Amino acid sequence: MLNTSQIKKDFPLFTHHPDLVYLDSAATALKTQGVIDAERAYLEEYSTNVMRGLYPLAETATEKFEMTREKMATFIGAKSSSEIIFTSGTTDALNLVSKLLASQIEKGDTLVTTAMEHHSNFLPWKELAKTKSADLHIVSLTKEGMIDRESLKKSIDEHTKIASFSAVSNVLGTINPVKEIIALIRSINPKTLIVIDAAQAVCHMPMSVSDWDADFVAFSGHKMFGPTGTGILYGKYSLLETLPPVNFGGGMVLDSCAEDTLYKESPYCFEAGTPNIGGMIALGSAIDYIENIGLQNIHLHETTLASYAIEKLKETFGEDISIIGPSKKEKRSGIIAFTLANVHPHDIAGILGEQNICVRAGEHCTTPLHHSLRLSATTRLSLSIYNNENDIDKFISVLKEIQAMFLNK
Amino acid sequence: MSLYQDLILDHYRNPRNQGTLKNATHSADAANLSCGDKLHIDIIVKNDIIEEVKFSGSGCAISQSSASLLTEHIRKHTVKQALSLEPKDILDLILVTLSPARLKCGLLSLETVKKALNQEK
Repeated sequence: MLNTSQIKKDFPLFTHHPDLVYLDSAATALKTQGVIDAERAYLEEYSTNVMRGLYPLAETATEKFEMTREKMATFIGAKSSSEIIFTSGTTDALNLVSKLLASQIEKGDTLVTTAMEHHSNFLPWKELAKTKSADLHIVSLTKEGMIDRESLKKSIDEHTKIASFSAVSNVLGTINPVKEIIALIRSINPKTLIVIDAAQAVCHMPMSVSDWDADFVAFSGHKMFGPTGTGILYGKYSLLETLPPVNFGGGMVLDSCAEDTLYKESPYCFEAGTPNIGGMIALGSAIDYIENIGLQNIHLHETTLASYAIEKLKETFGEDISIIGPSKKEKRSGIIAFTLANVHPHDIAGILGEQNICVRAGEHCTTPLHHSLRLSATTRLSLSIYNNENDIDKFISVLKEIQAMFLNK
Repeated sequence: MSLYQDLILDHYRNPRNQGTLKNATHSADAANLSCGDKLHIDIIVKNDIIEEVKFSGSGCAISQSSASLLTEHIRKHTVKQALSLEPKDILDLILVTLSPARLKCGLLSLETVKKALNQEK
């Protein structure tokens, strides 16, 4: 296990709230001192625009901004930094890729997604299908919350243009075997473009977009200790160089007066307007921090703690507790969603919140998943490197009070 | 102060006026879609007086206990009195202050009652 008392010192939020039990890192991760310092340094010392300034300060800003692109490419196993498009988050990245691919979709084509997707990897495809009179196939899940291979095979055929699924479910905690699923899809239709929502995977386990052989991968910076308003769309360069831009404005054009406007190459043609410069520079610091701890160590820490939490929950609450998602621990990330008898999750989260314990309750932006599970809401805890067994014990102890309060136990 | 005071827990555990009315003159359904709170209200109005009122539904303690407290409050009141209730009156009934995130839970019962009284079967 990681030395969490040492790690907590790297997150200034714990200086302000020493007793806080933060179990909501799947919503957003806390920020490191390094990230805060990097953003502050940009704002205080060289808050100039990137790409166009010819004076030293603007050159410094551009250099540091581009350094994050380089680091990010290495971090996720991309072949080059020109495959890294800066966005404002996963949602922005998934909307962008749906717009980039829209011109290729015709009536009668199919788009494929799964029943475990976050709204941000569901609604863009639903809308695209509607606009183009294409069909949207939703792959169903097994009882344990894994992608059902048989349902997947039935959903993919020669009409499938795009298939999109998440690497890790934000509710079930399921770790999908991304590489295998991509290979399975390609074995049925090699032309299918494959999009991966990696928002809940990116700083929780080793991953390589090249090894996956994904065409596009989207994730957020703020879930990996970086600032909000930062995100990435990875795209294979061989695809990106064929795609026309969809957002237009400053910074993405070479010749705007030519009859056929001449745009910059990827990734710049996809990044119109002034970006979140300080945020992206700070995201570079988050990458350094994660690499220093090591993704394998992070994964081991979070999954070991998740197993501890699941065992404690079952041991303490017996039949009252129902944990959704895979039962095998090697198929689970550090995300645990549950119900406690008929106690409403908003009451659970409300009372935990009053005791300084932060969890999320509701549908977690996955209404289709909750409908398929016949649940109106769940309570979710999501773990990160600063969590330890003590956090879980405090959470369990308040949950026991809640059980007594609502179930007279 | 905790939101989960004895009054709210009492009304959540032992809801008053829970059920349905076959002879209702006014009924309505409402829901907080994002959190899953659901309410159905049946009311019998005679000579402009709320003679009987029942609620059924599911949801968090705040939404269900406020329905229990509100239905107790409006019985024998006039329709006009019930329609003139405002959000702050609900907070006075449940005796806690609700954060913006929980306000819609507390106000669902008022929304459903007004919806019922504004439409006839």
